[in-house]
Amino acid sequence: MNRYPLWVYITVATALILGALYTLPNFFGEAPAVQVSSARATLKVDSSVMTRVEEALKSAAIQPTGVFFDPTNQGNLRVRVADLDTQQKAKEIIEQALNPDKANPVYTVALTMLSRSPAWLTSIHALPMYLGLDLRGGVHFLMQVDMRAVIIKRLEGLTGDLRTGLRDKNLRHNGIAREGDRVVVRFRDADTRDKASRFIQDQLPDFALLESGEGEDLRLTATLKPDAAKRTQESAVKQNIQTLHNRINELGVAEPIIQQQGPDRVIVQLPGVQDPTKAKEILGRTATLEIRMVDEENMTPSALAAASTGQVPFGDEYYVERNGQPIIVRKQVVLTGERLTDAQPGFDSQTREPTVNLTLDATGARIFKDVTRESVGKRMAILLIEKGKGEVVTAPVIRTEIGGGRVQISGRMNTTEANDTALLLRAGSLAAPMEIIEERTVGPSLGAENISKGFHSTLYGFIALSLFIMVYYALFGVFSAVALCANVLFLIALLSLLQATLTLPGIAAIALTLGMAIDANVLINERIREELRGGATPQAAIAAGYERAFGTILDSNVTTMIAGLALLIFGSGPVRGFAVVHCLGILTSIFSSVVVSRSMVNLVYGSRRKITRVAIGNTAWK
Amino acid sequence: MEFFKIRRDIPFMRHALVFNIISALIFVAAVVLLSTRGLHFSIEFTGGTVVEVRYSHAADVDGVRNTLEKGGFTDFSVQNFGTSQDVLVRLPIKDGQSTSVLADNVMKVLTDADPSATKQRVEYVGPQVGEELAYNGALALAITCLGIVAYLALRFEWKFGVAAIIANLHDVIIILGFFALFQWEFSLPVLAAVLAVLGYSVNESVVVADRIRENFRKMRRAETTEIIDNAITRTISRTIITHGSTQLMVTSMLIFGGPALHYFALALTIGICFGIYSSVLVMAPLVRWLGVKREDLIKPVKERKEEAVV
Repeated sequence: MNRYPLWVYITVATALILGALYTLPNFFGEAPAVQVSSARATLKVDSSVMTRVEEALKSAAIQPTGVFFDPTNQGNLRVRVADLDTQQKAKEIIEQALNPDKANPVYTVALTMLSRSPAWLTSIHALPMYLGLDLRGGVHFLMQVDMRAVIIKRLEGLTGDLRTGLRDKNLRHNGIAREGDRVVVRFRDADTRDKASRFIQDQLPDFALLESGEGEDLRLTATLKPDAAKRTQESAVKQNIQTLHNRINELGVAEPIIQQQGPDRVIVQLPGVQDPTKAKEILGRTATLEIRMVDEENMTPSALAAASTGQVPFGDEYYVERNGQPIIVRKQVVLTGERLTDAQPGFDSQTREPTVNLTLDATGARIFKDVTRESVGKRMAILLIEKGKGEVVTAPVIRTEIGGGRVQISGRMNTTEANDTALLLRAGSLAAPMEIIEERTVGPSLGAENISKGFHSTLYGFIALSLFIMVYYALFGVFSAVALCANVLFLIALLSLLQATLTLPGIAAIALTLGMAIDANVLINERIREELRGGATPQAAIAAGYERAFGTILDSNVTTMIAGLALLIFGSGPVRGFAVVHCLGILTSIFSSVVVSRSMVNLVYGSRRKITRVAIGNTAWK
Repeated sequence: MEFFKIRRDIPFMRHALVFNIISALIFVAAVVLLSTRGLHFSIEFTGGTVVEVRYSHAADVDGVRNTLEKGGFTDFSVQNFGTSQDVLVRLPIKDGQSTSVLADNVMKVLTDADPSATKQRVEYVGPQVGEELAYNGALALAITCLGIVAYLALRFEWKFGVAAIIANLHDVIIILGFFALFQWEFSLPVLAAVLAVLGYSVNESVVVADRIRENFRKMRRAETTEIIDNAITRTISRTIITHGSTQLMVTSMLIFGGPALHYFALALTIGICFGIYSSVLVMAPLVRWLGVKREDLIKPVKERKEEAVV
């Protein structure tokens, strides 16, 4: 009656072992480390960087306790060292080795903390829980992207295109004006209006059209189509996030979080940063894109050699391209990034080569057309100017005159490079203004205090609860307490495995979940006592207790879960941290309080043929 | 060990009216308090800036207030936070004022007056966030209530769903009433606590409802009143033990959790205490007055299931 088939015991044992395994990394604590990441969107941290770092440390007689290389995204290298002094020294040495030019760093070298857990645990993705800012200290920003500005900017661009297009087609209009989020074009005769309407439908598919007016005053009202508006807004938010990424790289933050929240918000979390003012300054800075011509006359080896030593020809500037080629570029700017409305990676329709497709606004398109017509066969350079310093992103040869504002850059790029370049071009500046609507700074000492307070309140509560339950329900209380331990184990293992962010409300949720989880065991134990009092044999009482209580346990957990899910869906910030743990805790508690506790009961009582007494406290009063 | 040795059913239903009048009175008091005094919302809901400052010695709250007034700040509030060394400065939202500047200025003025002042925490919430949070909070509450009613209606009968949610909303209103009475700060974690308590307290109602259903099956000749009395008596031990256990945890949070968890734990404490009372003594009479009958709960399908179990 009270026997489980072998597979249940095996499942429980496996779950407990896995739980212990994934909880383990949380006990090792953290060690100081130095993190190397790329400071440029186009540069990756690869194994050659690792070798350089290792050699530099070796020559300085610093023995790292671990070197971890993560090739995902842009790559990231972490060097764990023994103590804080070594950390500082190692940072200086790595910085010297990787960034010979201090004023223009290529890699970001930042101080960080790394788990001390052994490599075999890390290799099975057993990582310590990810601590939220309220526990580790740092700065949190919630930024709102000004979507109105995004739409207006796009409309302005399209209005320009419309004006140019109508002029090119010789369609006479009586004025084009943007009125709020509509563009109104006036015409004198219906024929022109029809032609213009057809032209817009063909060339500017983002516009939805509406005709109105009569007689001499005919109007065509163009609005942005909903999907076009949505696309514009989405790409604006993405661009802003990319820009923020680039800028935060410079701050030298080890594990920044930049996430989109909802359609128009961005969360920026900078663990360990204590100075929000500096962070805000950097986040708010703008970078620009410039298109200039390469000075072909001075691209001779001798001139280049002279320029590299500082003797740059008059009116020119000397740069080194990304591939290491030196280049001399005119100071005169052909186009700035303000004229760029979009940059997307793509493929050449004929050669199937990866390309970057730029879209310019009407004015930009006209300038570009004129310049390319005059300069076929010459090279133009695309530069990213940031903090007054420029970098040549690419310098392609102009093959033909390019009109229409659509520019394709190609030339021995692979798909990743095309992606990176498109991103970089888009990411030069913020697509739309952003406003900080929420800011939180937590000092590191407060974070540590929060951890210890949260931990202690859970620990003492847990001890008190276990003692009480063991005294009250005797051996069955011990089973319940062990089941509760298993619950903590599962919950922490799950949180570590999912790398969910643990916050102070999250710790409170752990405590609360444990306090609530005992409910299931109380229900079962009370039921068994009642059955015993009712005269059932011990074996039957145990079986009935578990079976009858299960329906109730399920019901009550479902209602608790409903509240938890509502919090998860509608909550934000601290509430969400609470809700995640709460929901996970409900799931683990059903398993541990029913299956784990019963397998212990079955192990102890199930195999005995005859039991005279069940150790569940005194039930003999009736 | 055994705390509850109840041999005979306690006639809860005989005093149902008294309990309901008590509930109604507390409920009305809570509503009146809520509408007259209102809740003291944290800046998460109202928007504004909070700066937590730590001094190396016991902080002089009046001194801090004077310093800030001299520094040209208006409309702020200063109070101790947790320990005597910690001070919390709250500033409302003002148009055209940058937050970073505001918090930095506060710190500058305070450190000028007393160099031992260190910044522990700064929190700024813009006005649009606050409105959204209040809206989402209300939405979460509504969805939770609907979800629970729907689930209980499905599992038992609509009468149980309605009775349970009325009983537990009564707890929610009472928790809010306490927060209004003492003007405790109502923050996001408190909201989370309120919703968690709502889900948790419904457990009691579920346990009692389960027993009522079972009794309808077993005690075929008994009156509804007897059945409910028996159901409550049989489960009261479990109800009190469970709530006591949960309260042990919450008390530990109240004692060791520090100021950040204080109101969270307080809301839970009130919710747990009233949860025992309401789910037993409010829900069950309500069910009876809604006119629950044997036929409501025992349907042919269930009969078959019962046989299969036994």
